[in-house]
Amino acid sequence: MYRYVLKRLVLLIPVLLGVSFLVYFILDLAPGDAVDVLAPDDATQEDRERMREELGLNRPLVIRYLDYMSDLVRGDMGESYLSGQPVWDSFIEKAPNTLLLGFASLVVSVGLSLPLGIYSANRHGTWKDNVSMVLALLGLSIPNFWLGLLLMLLFALRLGWLPSGGADGFASLILPAITIGTGMMATLTRTTRSSMLDVIRQDYLRTARAKGVSERVVIRKHALKNALIPIITIIGTQLGGILGGAVLTESVFSWPGVGRLIVDSLNSRDTPMVTGAIIMTTMFFSVVLLLVDLLYAFVDPRIKAQYATKKGGKSNDNKQKQKASA
Amino acid sequence: MNGVNDDIVLQVEDLTVYYELEEETVKAVNHISFSLKRGETIGLVGETGAGKTTTALALLRLVPDPPGVIKSGKITVCGNDMLSLPVQKLESIRGKDISMIFQDPMTSLNPVFKVVDQIAESLEIHEKLSKTEAHEKALDMLETVGISRSRGGEYPHQFSGGMKQRVGIAIALACSPQLLIADEPTTALDVTIQAQVLDLIKDLKDKNGTSVIMITHDLGIVAEICDQVAVMYAGHIVEHGSLDEVFNHTLHPYTEGLFNSLPNINDRKSELKPIPGLMPDPTNLPEGCAFAPRCEYATEACKTTQPELRTVGGTHKVACLRYDETDFHINRGKKHG
Amino acid sequence: MTTSKSKKQAPDTAPVKKQRGQWAEVWHRLKKNKGAMVGLTIVVILIFIALFSDVFLDYDTDVIGVNTAERLQPPSAKHIMGTDEYGRDIFCRILYGTKYSLSVGVVAVIIALLIGVTLGAVAGYAGGPTEEVIMRFTDIFSSVPNMLMALVVVAALGQSMFNLMLAIGITSVPQFVRITRAAVLTVKTQEYVEAARAIGLRNYRIIFSHILPNCLSPIIVQTTLRVASAIISASSLSFLGLGIPAPDPEWGAMLSAGRRFIRDYSYMTLFPGLAIMITVLALNLVGDGLRDALDPRLKD
Repeated sequence: MYRYVLKRLVLLIPVLLGVSFLVYFILDLAPGDAVDVLAPDDATQEDRERMREELGLNRPLVIRYLDYMSDLVRGDMGESYLSGQPVWDSFIEKAPNTLLLGFASLVVSVGLSLPLGIYSANRHGTWKDNVSMVLALLGLSIPNFWLGLLLMLLFALRLGWLPSGGADGFASLILPAITIGTGMMATLTRTTRSSMLDVIRQDYLRTARAKGVSERVVIRKHALKNALIPIITIIGTQLGGILGGAVLTESVFSWPGVGRLIVDSLNSRDTPMVTGAIIMTTMFFSVVLLLVDLLYAFVDPRIKAQYATKKGGKSNDNKQKQKASA
Repeated sequence: MNGVNDDIVLQVEDLTVYYELEEETVKAVNHISFSLKRGETIGLVGETGAGKTTTALALLRLVPDPPGVIKSGKITVCGNDMLSLPVQKLESIRGKDISMIFQDPMTSLNPVFKVVDQIAESLEIHEKLSKTEAHEKALDMLETVGISRSRGGEYPHQFSGGMKQRVGIAIALACSPQLLIADEPTTALDVTIQAQVLDLIKDLKDKNGTSVIMITHDLGIVAEICDQVAVMYAGHIVEHGSLDEVFNHTLHPYTEGLFNSLPNINDRKSELKPIPGLMPDPTNLPEGCAFAPRCEYATEACKTTQPELRTVGGTHKVACLRYDETDFHINRGKKHG
Repeated sequence: MTTSKSKKQAPDTAPVKKQRGQWAEVWHRLKKNKGAMVGLTIVVILIFIALFSDVFLDYDTDVIGVNTAERLQPPSAKHIMGTDEYGRDIFCRILYGTKYSLSVGVVAVIIALLIGVTLGAVAGYAGGPTEEVIMRFTDIFSSVPNMLMALVVVAALGQSMFNLMLAIGITSVPQFVRITRAAVLTVKTQEYVEAARAIGLRNYRIIFSHILPNCLSPIIVQTTLRVASAIISASSLSFLGLGIPAPDPEWGAMLSAGRRFIRDYSYMTLFPGLAIMITVLALNLVGDGLRDALDPRLKD
């Protein structure tokens, strides 16, 4: 198992490089470059060329990328066009806020959707089940920036119970966390329900009941642990949604996080800041996805066994390789 | 049959189970009755879909509901009226007094728990053992069914089908139940493994004096371990008696058909005589005898009148209208004289 | 026993129903789903509005024409959803905005569909190193969160309606690649594909006329649900000021503009959001219904 974790961590490196290169490459397609921003207005075409030379902007893309990454590893992502501050510092300053918000919304959505999904599955076909499924579908269909505005309107502006923005203590976390969490909660509730319904029909639950296991334990222990496997997959895929939701929600609630940093920088064409913040975020996200992937192994012994025998790599990777070499 | 008899482990009276689906009702089990004494083994024989498994699940009150509904009947297991027990009491009987080995070992074990824990669970529940004691005893059970103790920490997917079925047996027998239901315990297994598993059940039954309901469509298994036999067809018991009565003095045409579809090892030139046709749709059973459409002896009356199960001598019962005629006998009966 | 019984009966009854034609059967099942029918009705109405908005609304006067005399009026009989800060009728703008949201959603998904299905089919059918390369690339691509990827693409290509479609389309590609590949892998081993290969059909013919038609169900469902999420993404980007620029009445952009007035004129944020939600909800209802209708086994 430890060897597997280690191996996956090593395999993460090409993914991180791939992801960061992809982002770097696409952003490089943007018209204009640093010289357009940095050069004085009266600079001649020659002056600009010389500046490009000095800044190394006319080197091939891959070289510039490698250069960027080697600086990044040392904590240097250049300076913001706008503030002149190091990008690294701005990112590190905002990152904890987004992490906190993301974590809070994860807690909200998982905490509410698992019980709700199980409840629905157990009352499959009743009006209670139908109502929660309609609610889940609504949650899935509501644009979260709009939900954020509605919540703000009601709880901050009309009722005055909660602050309408900023990051000032627990109270200010509540509305943004619910806003982001709703979409994921809707998806997770649906997944939990269908996955429980799937598991509920399995023979091994009948075996458990025949053993005299009480219905409560059958559901919470025997069924849930099996149902968790697809649920974890969905949590993994939804984490991207949380991040995306953070971009919007931070803008709605003036939450000083990375999402708002990215949007503000995009609007002010602050390329080093955009590049740095997005590359850092996507790389961090890849690490989180790996962690989710590892979580599987702890829930499903079949996957753990696969890892143990194949010594890393997804099983079909190896199969592919065998096929390719044959 | 009447009065409480300490020796009677199981009594089923007039059990009827339907599956009520949206558009149709599957009449899975219809008015069946039988009883079982301590240490005795009954074989429930019939084709797939005859209602055997539903009967077994009803005994544990585990018929999936919805859509399954126990329409009528009384089930008494070790003096407990299973159908009126509160759920908690029911849970204390399941796995303790009555337990079940399931047909498909591949899907009957929980894939995410260690094998030993799955056996230990019922010990923890019923014998009130501590975790470590239950664990120890579970490993003992594993050894009893012929699996090395060292493999207890493994997961079901690491076991072969035969081994999984052994685990299933270990789970079922962990608390030494008085009544064991074995639902086609060997159907999903290789022939060589079948014999081993059967021997195992037989040994354990003899050692503990367990009563067994052996559900099977394999008459060979019945001949080997059963004391009484109930032949089921389309949710009805059509013939019921001791092993000798049913096997050597067969009365029902369907039972005869079952025997005729068996290859005869002593006479390899003899032709197999399969029963023509298929079992009727259980959502739409014929008005008369359910077997009539496939029966070579059927008369017009058979198509309109449901035969009652009647005693014809000793413990032997048959549900066939033709026995109203005093001189009626089936071919097999003739041969045996 | 009866459980195995019902399983056994399914194949007996299926061929009988098949005679009705596969798609007729799907339609029959879909019709019984009330939610899907409500959704479908709404979608049809929305398509109608989108197609004919230019007929009953004049862009220059009704949609972007400034009328300072009637600015910031609350909902009334004359302006049932009120007016915005330029005195424009919000109801007219929302009606007109339908075509932006729908066309962005549809075109974005068509882009994703074309790229994703092709790559997925090739990966699934070819296998080997080709599959490996496509799938690794897809993995890397999808480990960038959708919203960030869309931001990156918009940032690189600049702000326009087509770039918005492209940005959202690109982010949806990995899903289609995966789904198509998975479906192709399942279908590939079926005997009729073996048969097609045995009679010497060319690969592309096998893929397009034998494999893909049998992979349609998951792709259709995914397409419907993706249009819904593409509409949310598009309005999100517009809300952030990175999508369709003013003064076009894109719902997200309207919301963004209305936001400044939320305290006193909340109807300006209420109605555009409601429009987005109803559209997305309708598409999700249809998508859910289609999934159940196309694969009844999946239905609980």
